[in-house]
Amino acid sequence: MKLITAIIKPFKLDDVRESLSDIGVQGITVTEVKGFGRQKGHTELYRGAEYVVDFLPKVKLEVAVASDMADKVIEAIRSAANTGKIGDGKIFVSPVESVIRIRTGETDAEAL
Amino acid sequence: MNNLLSLKSRLVILLILFMSPVLAMAETLDTGDTAWILTSTALVLFMTLPGLALFYGGLVRSKNVLSVLMQCFVIACVVSILWVVYGYSLSFAEGNSFVGGLGNLFLGEVTRASMSGTLPETVFVMFQMTFAIITPALIVGGFAERMKFSAMLLFSIIWVTLVYFPICHMVWGGGWLAEKGLLDFAGGTVVHITAGVAAIVAALVMGNRNGFPTTPMMPHNMTMTVTGAGMLWVGWFGFNAGSAVAANGDAGMAMLVTHISAACGAFTWAVMEWLRYGKPSALGTVTGMVAGLGTITPASGFVGPMGALVIGISAGVICFIATGFIKRKLKIDDSLDVFPVHGVGGMLGTFMAGIFAASSLGGVGYAEGVTMGSQLGVQVIGIVFTFAWTAVVTFIILKVVNAIIGLRVSDEDETQGLDITEHDERGYII
Repeated sequence: MKLITAIIKPFKLDDVRESLSDIGVQGITVTEVKGFGRQKGHTELYRGAEYVVDFLPKVKLEVAVASDMADKVIEAIRSAANTGKIGDGKIFVSPVESVIRIRTGETDAEAL
Repeated sequence: MNNLLSLKSRLVILLILFMSPVLAMAETLDTGDTAWILTSTALVLFMTLPGLALFYGGLVRSKNVLSVLMQCFVIACVVSILWVVYGYSLSFAEGNSFVGGLGNLFLGEVTRASMSGTLPETVFVMFQMTFAIITPALIVGGFAERMKFSAMLLFSIIWVTLVYFPICHMVWGGGWLAEKGLLDFAGGTVVHITAGVAAIVAALVMGNRNGFPTTPMMPHNMTMTVTGAGMLWVGWFGFNAGSAVAANGDAGMAMLVTHISAACGAFTWAVMEWLRYGKPSALGTVTGMVAGLGTITPASGFVGPMGALVIGISAGVICFIATGFIKRKLKIDDSLDVFPVHGVGGMLGTFMAGIFAASSLGGVGYAEGVTMGSQLGVQVIGIVFTFAWTAVVTFIILKVVNAIIGLRVSDEDETQGLDITEHDERGYII
């Protein structure tokens, strides 16, 4: 099993959610986050005073899927979140040791 | 001559009132005038609560929003009490050239029957009270985010007593500046120069906020600020058109020129930003509006629409430059830019009132025997005196308050925010 974590532009969230639904992903976790990468921050100007805002708002998605689904999920996120401009975000893939459904106690593939 | 009397109605009525009470009592009540000044009084109070409070509240960081709202509210309460106890008397009772007497303590002479011009005196008392309230509330912007609540309270009480009431008497209560013929229709000197100068003196005496100017101190809620600014624009109609103390052509023209100047100031500031920084901002636009309004204030009863266009545009340009100069170049943390907007605007407007009062420029014309040159001389005397008096007295008051209870909160409290440390509350629980 894999945990796929993606940092994307907030306005792309709906597109990504739709394309994940289309390939059969059952659930995702979404968090509003801030950070910076190559895009860096931006500046704001108040009465002529310039302030550098280091951290930009992004959305973090977490999807746990069976290993054979991972490539499809990655491709779905990548194509849906891609604008071709700097700041589109990143996808991290990590192994998952086990998954437990709290209600039933089912584990691993059955719990996904 | 009749026309001139009505145009300077406030000053003249007051002079008549205090020199010759019998004559004043003979004036009959005008219900139209009374209704308009009742309305104006509500508008001017609305400027402070909640207009100015919201305007300032949005400009500070979220940890200090309540402290600013609270300062505006409590100043309104305390100044109202002082006004009743001795403020009205020191401002408008018969006195010397500098300050009114103690003949009207606790409004002892004010009854249902007493008149001020064509109004019940109670209405005049209330109308003027709202001006006394907003002036110290404007100063809050100079020392925002770092002053102890107790020190703010003590400072404000002493400040209105030693600066506002005397200057009000000198300009509007029959004092020496009134006798010299200073043109200040609605408070360029009395309200805006005093507040602006006091704010920058407070900023200098107290020092900058910790971290200024290297740490970003961004406005936390621009929506609040723009909302408050809109209320200020509307309320200002009561401030300036109400200062005609009558519902007549002077009031109508004052409202017209006030509106023109606000629009010109706001739009000009936005254009200045567009040219200099590439984008026009909401904050710049509303700041220009306040500058346009503050600048037209002293001139609003004396100039015509053409004068208002020039005054509003000048306010947008000059106050814009002043704001950048004081904050960026001099690095003085007059936190919410009270001096460059109100102080500079008040001086500019008081000076330009002397120019655009000329009948050839669409104004009401000068008094008999007065030329533009001599009027400008009087305007400069009024500006310089108000500036100097306010600066010196404010400085001394701050030093005294500092010696008694200290002006600033501790560094730790400043970092935590005044809402929690001064009031045990938070503005936002989310």
